[in-house]
Amino acid sequence: MSPLEKKTKTRTTDEPVGRFELIISELLRLGVTLSLATILVGLGLMFAHHPDYLRSSADLSRLTSPGAALPHSLRDVIEGVRVWRGQAVVALGLTMLILTPILRVAVSIIAFAIERDRVFVAVTSAVLAVLLISFVLGKVG
Amino acid sequence: MSPLEFTLTLLGISVGAGFLGSLGGGVVVVPAVTLLYGIDIRYAIGASIVSVIATSSGAAAAYVKERLTNLRVAMLLELGTTTGAVSGAFIAGIIHSRWLFVIFGLALAFSGVAMLRRSQRRREAVPPDRWADRLRLHGSYFDEVRGREVAYRVTHTRLGLFLMYIAGLISGLLGIGSGVFKVPAMDLGMRIPIKVSSATSNFMIGVTAAASAGVYFVRGDIDPFIAAPVATGVVMGALAGSRVLPRTDSRLLRLVFVLVLLVISVQMVWKGLR
Repeated sequence: MSPLEKKTKTRTTDEPVGRFELIISELLRLGVTLSLATILVGLGLMFAHHPDYLRSSADLSRLTSPGAALPHSLRDVIEGVRVWRGQAVVALGLTMLILTPILRVAVSIIAFAIERDRVFVAVTSAVLAVLLISFVLGKVG
Repeated sequence: MSPLEFTLTLLGISVGAGFLGSLGGGVVVVPAVTLLYGIDIRYAIGASIVSVIATSSGAAAAYVKERLTNLRVAMLLELGTTTGAVSGAFIAGIIHSRWLFVIFGLALAFSGVAMLRRSQRRREAVPPDRWADRLRLHGSYFDEVRGREVAYRVTHTRLGLFLMYIAGLISGLLGIGSGVFKVPAMDLGMRIPIKVSSATSNFMIGVTAAASAGVYFVRGDIDPFIAAPVATGVVMGALAGSRVLPRTDSRLLRLVFVLVLLVISVQMVWKGLR
């Protein structure tokens, strides 16, 4: 490889990985927008279903204190969303938000595979593994 | 306070925190939620970490487009930050919350001091590093001031990975982006140019935060009612801030902000030790 070629090689967007990343980054921005929209819809539903939230201060501590039954598994979220529970719709948006960077890492593996960069396929796969293990660790901790 | 008043005031505070985001404003979300509303610090951290994902993922596209991000360095160091983040989130679930207040206060004080310190350009040659060579981490970026492509070499890869584990641990423990720890590790430790360090750090923050957010979510520490106004507010504030702040003379703003950080830092430590 000549020095000139080597220089071009380091220019991020000229590599498949760079181009891939640019597309992914734009998709991520879309993902964030969709997640936030979902969160806002859910928040609206919470108030629509509980008109007393607008005036009564009785519910606030229940909504914000430990011990509240929060949706914290995919099943909770899906079951709640099916009956349009506001809290579950917010949780769906939050789940989408958490999943967007994880999706980015998954797609990066493909980009490195196209580049035939075995070392970085391994590195990125290991990062993905850590991200997936985090969902299991939450149950233990 | 009614739930509606709670949502609206918290939304306002979060917009403000997001606005100051480029100065490190994300760090004021947790103190605001705990000190002003008396909410459990784990719920505050859970809400904050979600807002960190939103702002980082939103901003990453711009940095990648400017070709400042070193993607190979980012991917490699994410090994350190994500394992650190998972460890931090795990520890946050088992230690007494008073220690979270104390550690948070100390991290705030560090952030404040770090914002005042000017990064010094070192001129000596970058020591060779076998790992950086083998993993092809070296790169180049277009420097707008000098008007040309500037090549740089990366060093101390293993030290960098270790420091990223620590930065990730702090991020997962406190629910902050912790760019204030990542950037010096890359800039001073691995000798990556400051602009590239900042962009690469921002790129890693979203993935790092996702690792700890997973733990918080499954543990039931992300309360939708708190996280919803925080996440949406911070992103709205960040969008506004990125348009306004770069054009203002931020020196005075920065100084005021540092003073605010130090005051909050003392309050957090006090609340933890009381």
